[in-house]
Amino acid sequence: MAVTQKLRDGAWRVVELITTPVVPADYLDVIAPLRNPTVLRARVDAVRSETAKAVTLVLRPGRGWQPHKPGQYVRVGVDVDGVRLWRAYSVSSATGRADGRFTITVNAVENGVVSSYLLNNARKGMLVHLDLPDGDFQLPEKRPAKTLFVTAGSGITPVMGMLRSALHELSDVVVVHSARTAEAVVFGAELRELAAQGRIRLIERHTGTDGRLKPAGLADLVPDLFERETWACGPGDLLDDLQEHWADAGATERLHVERFRTVVLVAGDGGTVTFEKSGLVVESAGGTSILDAGEAAGQLMKSGCRMGICYKCVLPMREGIVRDLRDGTITTASEVDGDKPLIQTCISAAAGPCRLDA
Amino acid sequence: MTTLQRKEVNPIAHLSPEDIEQIGRELDAIRDEVLAVRGEKDAKYIRRMIAVQRRLEVGSRAVLLFSVLPPAWILGTIGLSIAKILENMEIGHNILHGQYDFMRDPKIHSTTWEWDFAAPAEQWKHSHNELHHKYTNVVGRDNDLGYGIMRVDEQQKWAPAHLGQPLYNFINACLFEYGIAAYDLELGRNLASKRRRNNPDFRARLRQVGRKIRNQVLKDYVAHPALSVPVGLAFGNPFGAFFGTMAANAVANVVRNLWSHSVIMCGHFPKGVETFERTSITGETRGEWYLRQMLGSANISGSKLMHIMTGNLSHQIEHHLFPDLPASRYAEIAPKVRALFEKYELKYVTGPFVVQVASAWAKVFRLALPNRKPTRAIDHTIPPRHPAEATV
Ligand code: FES
Repeated sequence: MAVTQKLRDGAWRVVELITTPVVPADYLDVIAPLRNPTVLRARVDAVRSETAKAVTLVLRPGRGWQPHKPGQYVRVGVDVDGVRLWRAYSVSSATGRADGRFTITVNAVENGVVSSYLLNNARKGMLVHLDLPDGDFQLPEKRPAKTLFVTAGSGITPVMGMLRSALHELSDVVVVHSARTAEAVVFGAELRELAAQGRIRLIERHTGTDGRLKPAGLADLVPDLFERETWACGPGDLLDDLQEHWADAGATERLHVERFRTVVLVAGDGGTVTFEKSGLVVESAGGTSILDAGEAAGQLMKSGCRMGICYKCVLPMREGIVRDLRDGTITTASEVDGDKPLIQTCISAAAGPCRLDA
Repeated sequence: MTTLQRKEVNPIAHLSPEDIEQIGRELDAIRDEVLAVRGEKDAKYIRRMIAVQRRLEVGSRAVLLFSVLPPAWILGTIGLSIAKILENMEIGHNILHGQYDFMRDPKIHSTTWEWDFAAPAEQWKHSHNELHHKYTNVVGRDNDLGYGIMRVDEQQKWAPAHLGQPLYNFINACLFEYGIAAYDLELGRNLASKRRRNNPDFRARLRQVGRKIRNQVLKDYVAHPALSVPVGLAFGNPFGAFFGTMAANAVANVVRNLWSHSVIMCGHFPKGVETFERTSITGETRGEWYLRQMLGSANISGSKLMHIMTGNLSHQIEHHLFPDLPASRYAEIAPKVRALFEKYELKYVTGPFVVQVASAWAKVFRLALPNRKPTRAIDHTIPPRHPAEATV
C-alpha cells in the first residue's frame, strides 16, 4: 500500500513537473472544466422560467460537490460583463436527485446586477462557479409534529426545497405565503397542487390587494401558531416583526428565520475601516486612501508604487464599499455572498464602513 | 532631467505647469473611456488567448515526441517558440500587471499567476511593476536602463569595461530570462558584501529563484525529452529523441529570450527617448508622471500579429501611461494618445521593429565608446510647479 502510494505520488510529481509553472488541472480546464478537483463549477443544464421575475436553473455540479441539506443555500459565482460576482441562492430542488443535479431559483432583485443578468442571460451550457452548500435553515432530523412556514416573495425558495425533500415525512404543514399578486407566486402551481391534494394547508396572501401580512393577523389564520415549529424567510422587516411577536409569546426557540441580504450598500464619503486580523479600527476620510489611513493608525501594510499600478497593496475586503480615488469606480463586498474582492488600498477610499481581511 | 541624445533643446520647454496638468486630465479621460467599456470582451479575449496558447503548447510538445524526425522537430520547435512567446508577453506580462484583476477570477489574477520564465512572478512584479513602471527612465532608480551592466547615457562616466557592452547585451539577450532573474534579485549589489549575502530575506529570494529555475530546467531539459524516448526507441534512436527534444526546448527558450529582449529594448532605448535625473521626480504630480512616461517610451509600428506577439508592448507608450488597462485596448486608444502628443507638440516615438531594434543597438555600440565631444550640461528639468505645491 505504502509503496503504491509512493509510486503514485512520484508519478504525480512528474506530471506536475511536465506542466510547471501551471498545474495539470489548468490544462484540463481547457477541455473539461467540470473535472477540475480544485475549482468547483457547475454547468447550467436547463433554464425554466417560473414567473415574470423568477427563473430556475438546473445545475450539474462538477467534481468536489457535496449534496445539500433541504433549506440550505449555495453561493454561485457568475461572470457578469467579465467580472465574477458571487451571490447566495437557496437550493430549490429536493435532495438526492438520481441525476446528481440540483436547482436554484433566482428572483429579480431591484437593481440586482446578478439576478437580472441571470434572468436575461442564463442559457443551457453556461458555466457558473460554486461553493459548497451552507446554512442552518434546516429541518431537524427528528421531524416536528406540526410545522408552519411563513414566507414572502423569494423567501419561498428554501422552503420549497424543504417541501420537495421532506414533505412525505411531515404530517401537519401550513404554508403562509405572501406575494404581490397570484401570478407573482413563485412555484404557485406546485403549491396549489399540494394544497389540492391535502398535503399542505396553503394560505396565499396577495399584498397588492390584501395589504401586508402583520404577525397579529397570523393568529387568525393559524390559531395554533405557537404550537408549531416555524420556519420563516422573506424581507427583513417581516422577519423582525415575526421575531418580536414570537419573543412576546415566549416562543423564540420555535421560530427559525433565514435572512437574505437586505442592506443595499450606498456609496457615501469616508467610513470606518476595520482590519479584522489586527483588530484595528480606523476612521477613514473620503479623500484619503485606506493605505494612508491604515498606516497612519499603525497598521502594517504592504505597498509598492502607491499610485495604483503595481497591485502590491491589495487586501481582501470581506464587507464594505470603497471608491477608486482616480476614477470614482465603486467596489462593494458583502459577507453573505462571501465575495472577497481584492482592493488596491493605495487608491481606494472608504465609501462606507469596510471590513478588511488583514 | 537629462536626455540620452544630447539635444540642444529641452523637449518640454514650451509646456507650462498648467499644460502638464491638463495633459494629465486628458489622459485620465482616455483611461475613463476604456474603464467604461472594459468587461466581457476583455475577459473573453484573455481566456481565448490562454486557451489558444495552451493548445499550441500541448500540440507542439506532442509533435516534439517525434523529435527524431526532422520535420517534426522543426514544426514542434517553431510552435513551442511561439507558445512560449505568447505565454510570456501577451499573457504573463499583462496578467502580472493586474490588467485582468478586474475579472475577480482567482485563476487569472496578478496575485496568483506564475509564468514560464526563470524569474518568479512575485520578484518580477516587484522590480518591474513597482520600480520600473514608477521610476521609468530615471537614471539610478530604474534598473531597466542598461540592467546595471551597460552605459546608457552620455553623462554616465565611460570606463574601458564598457567596450564590451555590445557583447554583454547580446549574451544578456540570449539568456534573458536568467538575466531578469538575476536582475530581480539585484544579484550584483547583494553579492557585493558579506552582510548583504547573508541577509535572510535575500537568501529566501535566492532559494525561490533556485526552485523556479530547477523546475523550469527539469521540465524543458529532462521531463519532456524523456517523454519522447519511447517514440525514439520505436525508431531505434532513443538518444536522438531525448537530445532532439532537449535541443528544441533550448532553441524555443533562446528564441523567446531574444524576441522579448528585442521588444523590451525597443521600448525605452531607441533614438528620441528621454531619461531623467533622480532629483527631477521628487514631489512629482500625476501630470508630470504621465509626461515622463510619454517622453520615456517608444512604440513599434506593425500589424495586429506584431502587437499580439509583443504582448502589445509595441504600444509601449500606451502601456506606460496605463499599465493596468487590458493591453488589447492599447491599439484602440493609440490614435487618441498620439493626437494628444501632437496637440502638445511632443514627440511620439515609433517605428518599424527592425528600425527600432537597430536604433537601440546603435546606441549600445555608440556608448561603448567614450563620448566624442564633452557633453554640455543642458537644463532639461520639468518646469517648477506652482509655488504652493512646491513647498510640500
Ligand atoms: S501600492 Fe502599487 S497598486 Fe497600490
